Amino acid sequence: MSNAISQANNEIGPTIFHPMKGDQGALVSVKDFSLWYGARQALYGVEMELEKGLVTALIGPSGCGKSTLLRSFNRMNDLIDGLKISGSILFDGQQIFAPDVDVIGLRKRMGMVFQKPNPFPMSIADNVAYPLKVDGVRDRQLIEQTVEKALKASALWDEIKDRLHQSALGLSGGQQQRLCIARAIAADPDVLLMDEPCSALDPVATAKIEELISELAGHYTIVIVTHNMQQAARVSHNTAFMYLGRLVEYGETGAIFTVPRADKTREYVTGRFG
Amino acid sequence: MTQQAVTAKTSRRSAYAPLSARGEPYIWLLGGALAAGVLMISGFLILVAWNGFKAFWPGPVTVITLKDGGTVAGEFTRSESFIPAESTASGPQNRALYRVGNFDITNEDFKWINEADIKSTSEPEDILFVERLEWGPFIGRLVAVNSDGKQSPAATLGPSAIGKLISMAKARRQALMDIQRGQMGVINSKLEKIRLKERKARLERKTEDAHPASVSDDQTAALERKHAALAAQAQKLDAQDTAYTFTFADVSGVEKTIRQSAVVRLYAPNSLGISGRLGVYLGRWWEFLSAEPREANTEGGVAPAIFGTFVMTLMMALLVAPFGVMAALYLREYARQSWLVSLVRVCVNNMAGVPSIVYGIFGLGFFAYGVGGWIDVMFYPERLPSPTFGAGGVLWASLTLALLTAPVVIVATEEALSAVPQSAREGSLACGASKWQTIRYIVLPKALPGIMTGLILAMARGAGEVAPLMLVGVVKLAPELPVDMIFPFIHLERSFMCLGFHIYDVGFQSRNAEAGKPIVFMTTLLLMAVVATLNAGAIIARNRLKARYVSGHF
Repeated sequence: MSNAISQANNEIGPTIFHPMKGDQGALVSVKDFSLWYGARQALYGVEMELEKGLVTALIGPSGCGKSTLLRSFNRMNDLIDGLKISGSILFDGQQIFAPDVDVIGLRKRMGMVFQKPNPFPMSIADNVAYPLKVDGVRDRQLIEQTVEKALKASALWDEIKDRLHQSALGLSGGQQQRLCIARAIAADPDVLLMDEPCSALDPVATAKIEELISELAGHYTIVIVTHNMQQAARVSHNTAFMYLGRLVEYGETGAIFTVPRADKTREYVTGRFG
Repeated sequence: MTQQAVTAKTSRRSAYAPLSARGEPYIWLLGGALAAGVLMISGFLILVAWNGFKAFWPGPVTVITLKDGGTVAGEFTRSESFIPAESTASGPQNRALYRVGNFDITNEDFKWINEADIKSTSEPEDILFVERLEWGPFIGRLVAVNSDGKQSPAATLGPSAIGKLISMAKARRQALMDIQRGQMGVINSKLEKIRLKERKARLERKTEDAHPASVSDDQTAALERKHAALAAQAQKLDAQDTAYTFTFADVSGVEKTIRQSAVVRLYAPNSLGISGRLGVYLGRWWEFLSAEPREANTEGGVAPAIFGTFVMTLMMALLVAPFGVMAALYLREYARQSWLVSLVRVCVNNMAGVPSIVYGIFGLGFFAYGVGGWIDVMFYPERLPSPTFGAGGVLWASLTLALLTAPVVIVATEEALSAVPQSAREGSLACGASKWQTIRYIVLPKALPGIMTGLILAMARGAGEVAPLMLVGVVKLAPELPVDMIFPFIHLERSFMCLGFHIYDVGFQSRNAEAGKPIVFMTTLLLMAVVATLNAGAIIARNRLKARYVSGHF
């Protein structure tokens, strides 16, 4: 392990930046961010900015730290014992690891969709209304409107509008994942974090989710972790390639896939390893 | 070359695996162990069920003429072969046990009769089996009936007329009971309350001679007048009742006159048809389930014990469920998983293995004498030195059992909580829910089936517990139920009866073990039915909850 790291240190130079898509400025800025799980370092001095209103893909081989980075944005890693960080992540100009930050408030502004669909054991409508429930919203009309809007935004409304009050666990995998997206949208976040949202789905469901991501871009700043390079190429505006805890290359998706400058990036996007 | 390779291979690896590798002997061993276990359990169940179900079936009464000229009448119970002490005959002889009743005449309920001593047997149709309130059954013939001075010989009365007399007598008995235990009991408790109030007032003023308010004097006088009037009424009813009698004679001609109201049931076992027998059988079942015990618990019913077990188990569940679930929630969800938490967990698991009598001693020492004694001093000083909460009672018994079963609930809840997938928690947290909201809305509902299972296991364990209860509140006979119609309706300090202790008491502590045998088996059957019902309820509840949360995995 330490061998691999020292090798990596020699092999991977500083991050190579390409020009970025986007003209609205950065919503999230990561500055020299490192992270340790106990004694094991998972991220090494990551520097990146997420463009507002665009889709950013995080790609890289397994264990490269892309999920760790994603879960740092909404402090999901807080659940892990022995977590240590250095550097900073700014969200809307605010330090998200500052001690006085309201983690719950942060998570409300950063919706998250997980690898495996995780609908709650309740009805479809209650699933989507869950963020409102935890906010203490009691206005039935507002809840109904929000549920309908979120389900329409996640392109699920037409399929399930007749069974809103049936268990969400009876939906297919793809529908469950879109329900999870609807649930994230219902909280009215600024950022949507997606952790390999299609890896447990069949190709048809995957196509639907990708279509949905494209539609949601513009309304939300989206970060998607994916193993599927075609998917990254299809849905994202900017792409970051990570390797062994380091951000190797970051820039416009087209540039990363067509003219990668780092050897590792080239090898990965051409399918030589990963 | 090829040939050689094949030969080499077969020499190393035989085409037939050795017996030990194939595992057949182990399958036989494992299957045998299971079969032995199943056999033991089913044998036990069949034994209890058979003895329990046949216990109430009215058998024929045999009249036996002995070679020495005596006659005996009784219901056949069982027979065995034995070797007589003085070996006059060669080899073992047979003898039979008969339930002869008439304890007040012969001083024995059951009698062994050697087959060799029997001259002849018969089953006369006019012989009666009389179940009485006192002295156990009477077996003999009805000689005369005296209804308020109106004598009528037995022959003129049919069974329906006798049945009518008995039900009228029952109504008289009920009316008397109503006055003595109902109305007079209420007045007694009111008088007691006034007395305690006066004593309390005296204690607060710390003087013995201070005269309490005159209002209570008037009240007391009025109540005492009422009490005296009721007592007179009861005495009158009782005197009336003595005028209604049956006169029976046993097979050897000894006559016995008893009150009609002392007869519980009367039937002619040898002339009874199958439907009549069924009627007696079901009647006995109903009495067993609904009546109070008589004759040092060897006869009558177990209704107070059923009720006591029910109340105690329910209270225990209400106490242990929140306590166990909260403890497990803290251990699993909030506490940092360190060596200290592991130690606590090991201790909790070990608590499940502590002998239950230890909990009984703790309950008596801590709850009854400690907490209860303190409550008495603080809130019921006027009743001292007789304890109110300072002795065994249904509250302390429930608390002791709650403590005893807490490990079961904690372990089951912890397991159920840890079985809730991390993804569900993360999904909730990512929606901006707090940790408590996540537990409340997501984790607990998902863990509920497992928690329910643990709780019901705890209830089944508590319902069947005996040893600790003997120390903290279960008694042989509790005249007053823990719930009744006298304010404040629920009396948590009262001692009570329970089924498990009832089995022990009737089986091993009663005057007449043979007479109590049916009750022992029946109570065992009932207790097992209660436990089985609780378990069945658990399984149904769990399956319902599981069905609600069934996951549509793809």
